[in-house]
Amino acid sequence: MPTRVPRIAPSQITPPDVWFSRRTLLTGALAAGVSTLARPAAAAGGPPAEAAPLAYTANPRYSVSEAPNKYEEITTYNNFYEFGTDKDDPSRNARYFRTRPWSVRIDGEAEVRGNFTLEDILKGQPLEERIYRFRCVEAWSLVVPWVGFPLSSLLARFKPTSRAKYVEFTTLYDPNRMPGERVSVLDWPYVEGLRMDEAMHPLTLMVVGLYGVVLPNQDGAPLRLIVPWKYGFKSIKSIVRIRFTESQPRTTWALAAPNEYGFYANVNPTVDHPRWSQATERRIGAPFLAARRPTLLFNGYADEVASLYQGMDLRRYF
Amino acid sequence: MNVTQRYCYVYKPLVFVAGLAPLVWLVCGAFGWFGASLGADPVKELEHECGKTALNFLLLTLAVTPVRNILALPQLLRLRRMLGLFAFFYAVLHFTVYVVLDLELNWSTLGADIAKRPYITIGFTALLLLIPLAATSTNGMMRRLGKRWTSLHRLVYVIAILGVWHFYWQVKRDVREPLIYGAILALLLGYRVVRSRVAARTRADLTARSRAGLSLRQSEAD
Repeated sequence: MPTRVPRIAPSQITPPDVWFSRRTLLTGALAAGVSTLARPAAAAGGPPAEAAPLAYTANPRYSVSEAPNKYEEITTYNNFYEFGTDKDDPSRNARYFRTRPWSVRIDGEAEVRGNFTLEDILKGQPLEERIYRFRCVEAWSLVVPWVGFPLSSLLARFKPTSRAKYVEFTTLYDPNRMPGERVSVLDWPYVEGLRMDEAMHPLTLMVVGLYGVVLPNQDGAPLRLIVPWKYGFKSIKSIVRIRFTESQPRTTWALAAPNEYGFYANVNPTVDHPRWSQATERRIGAPFLAARRPTLLFNGYADEVASLYQGMDLRRYF
Repeated sequence: MNVTQRYCYVYKPLVFVAGLAPLVWLVCGAFGWFGASLGADPVKELEHECGKTALNFLLLTLAVTPVRNILALPQLLRLRRMLGLFAFFYAVLHFTVYVVLDLELNWSTLGADIAKRPYITIGFTALLLLIPLAATSTNGMMRRLGKRWTSLHRLVYVIAILGVWHFYWQVKRDVREPLIYGAILALLLGYRVVRSRVAARTRADLTARSRAGLSLRQSEAD
């Protein structure tokens, strides 16, 4: 058994929909004061005491046995260009980012469309914890205890039509709140997409928390995607729009450098990035001289997902 | 104190201490001393900081000539060797961190990287080219090589271009910082091009004028 998150007694936990709708909890010192009372002291490597806990159940079936990274590593080493391009920019620049109110627009090839509040999106979705590997295209990796729910159970609510072949996700575009968007390093807003079968795969997760607490802003609050067998840039953050489409979405990194980043972006040690090798990766937080490890096909999830790509040339569809 | 003494006992020791400061800061960060930190990925931070510091010293080395001309401070030349050697020192550290801490002494990956990754190929080339310059930086070597020393050390222009290119090429997307390095390098090299053109023209003028003077005198003599 890996080092685990300190468990919290059920009586100390606020149900997620109650928590998410409780505005007073979300403002400044009051929130910190209230939730500190409701939590035991944070253990080393875990979240700080003032972080708001979520109610969830662990899902060992979809969890790896590797030790998760420290909360501090997961929340200070972020690629989230909307808040700056250095790894430690998001943790500094997203500190005062407000994630309430938040709504998600659902449109495209689905019977149910419209604007949904975050509370609406989360309604009736029991949260579970899954410890996933996270592999960045830059050849570093983490192990993260995410808290979320399967994307498939959310998408099913909107009754996608038979013309829905892909799902496109869009990040918030608001340069006043996301200062990184004032710099045109990428073509904002950030757009990502999945094939319908990838989106409906049980491993594909909608994430609202990590380490048992509400997702920190720098990790993509309030709602992000996690697709554990793909490079991290596919796992889009701070989602405001989900669109069902018939044609393949034009995704941000694939547009920025089509020879370097593909639509599929499946983790694959045998298909190198044009400028660097993908054969190995460095695990953040691992001891000196013992951090480099071989990268696994589909990030180690080949048993679950390889069948999705049967007969496809993974070199061509990288 | 005369100029020589000032350089020997004040300025050079100051530059030496300043040159070691980035290393001291990185060591503090690696051990968490004095509140310094290298962040969640200390290896990359060490690697990138050593590389950038090497480039900083390379650009400082190249800035000596323009600054001493513009400010009319010919004695600045006395600091150039130390700046150049610090560039070499941090480039070697950068490479060492890459091989030991990043690749963890995986020699086959190192070989593949140098052969297959153009940005590593040019970075490695720049490092190799720095070696003869560092090796011939002593007074004895300068004397022994004479005029050839100057030609050999012109390699630093190539090295600086390769170094900045190496930086530009490894950045994923946000190329603003390497472009700043590129702009400064362009300025430093551009200064030399313009200056040598001006010097060539002045020389040509002088030759023409002295020839004209000569023929004038000759015709007077006739």
